[in-house]
Amino acid sequence: MEEVSTEDKIITVLKENFADEIVSIESPYNFLTITLKPEKIISIIKFLYDQERYQYLTTLSGIHFPDQKSIAVMYQLHNLYANKRIRLKIYLPEENPVTSTLTTVFPAANWMERETYDFFGVTFKGHPNLTRILNVEDMTIFPLRKEYPLEDQTREDKNNKMFGR
Amino acid sequence: METVSLNNVKVSEAPEGIEGAGFFATSLEKAVGMARKNSIWPLPFATSCCGIEFMATMGSHYDLARFGAERLSFSPRQADLLMVMGTIAKKMGPILRQVYEQMAEPRWVLSVGACASSGGIFDTYSVLQGIDRIIPVDVYVPGCPPRPEQIIDGILNIQKLVESESLRRRDSAEYKAMLNKYGIE
Repeated sequence: MEEVSTEDKIITVLKENFADEIVSIESPYNFLTITLKPEKIISIIKFLYDQERYQYLTTLSGIHFPDQKSIAVMYQLHNLYANKRIRLKIYLPEENPVTSTLTTVFPAANWMERETYDFFGVTFKGHPNLTRILNVEDMTIFPLRKEYPLEDQTREDKNNKMFGR
Repeated sequence: METVSLNNVKVSEAPEGIEGAGFFATSLEKAVGMARKNSIWPLPFATSCCGIEFMATMGSHYDLARFGAERLSFSPRQADLLMVMGTIAKKMGPILRQVYEQMAEPRWVLSVGACASSGGIFDTYSVLQGIDRIIPVDVYVPGCPPRPEQIIDGILNIQKLVESESLRRRDSAEYKAMLNKYGIE
């Protein structure tokens, strides 16, 4: 009898419990990626933590998609018992990206969410201290959003003629 | 084997003056300039790879001690020369400025390397595009990173400034206006 792979198993379990929440399931570069609706993301991660032993948060970050006018929040979880990884993605509207904090499940999400707020402006409801973590406190922009240029705009010695600005 | 004799030790040349039997007269400015020039206490503000070149500059091979600057001061209050070596992030800016403000007059600033002088390759929102945006700089050393010879050349240029600077320059209106431009009182 063919053994059921962990990937197939986790997809089945998620479909049984959260069928309405799943938007799409892909496997780019053999990395199981599940796009979900944003509302129940925390309870799904909690479920994966409690029931499926995905108890290690590898990373959490934002991605800006200006064409879709959305900001994705991407979570990577690791099952250290089976050595299996999973990526969960939610898409939030660009003008008001708000979601719940993951610090209730993983305390380590604290700084990751602060970083995501710092660079993408995603608000994590219930976060204990949602302030900028890496950039200067008085910064008014979210620098990794695509509408903000990477270069420092205050430099006078680099003009269009010489540097293609 | 060559023997090292005291005759190889070069003593700083005396400034111009009037010499006679049992006396030597020169201006106070020149005597003070000579003394200051040969006893600079640098404060190394090393944040990245230029700081590594500075370590080589202080080591036995290049040996900045030959120019009277072997005593590093890690307190800005006792330092004469602020050596900024490395990338200064915008978040670091206020700290650098505070260090400069804590230094007593007379004080000089040496900006070592492309990053400290202009932001270098880090043309980005988080990096200060040259420390001269927040503090006045006396000598710039180009390079990415500059070799120890270049850093020594920068120090020698600082020495020229130190030696020839009028004792009253720091009280002048121009100097105060220059500091005011940077928002330093």
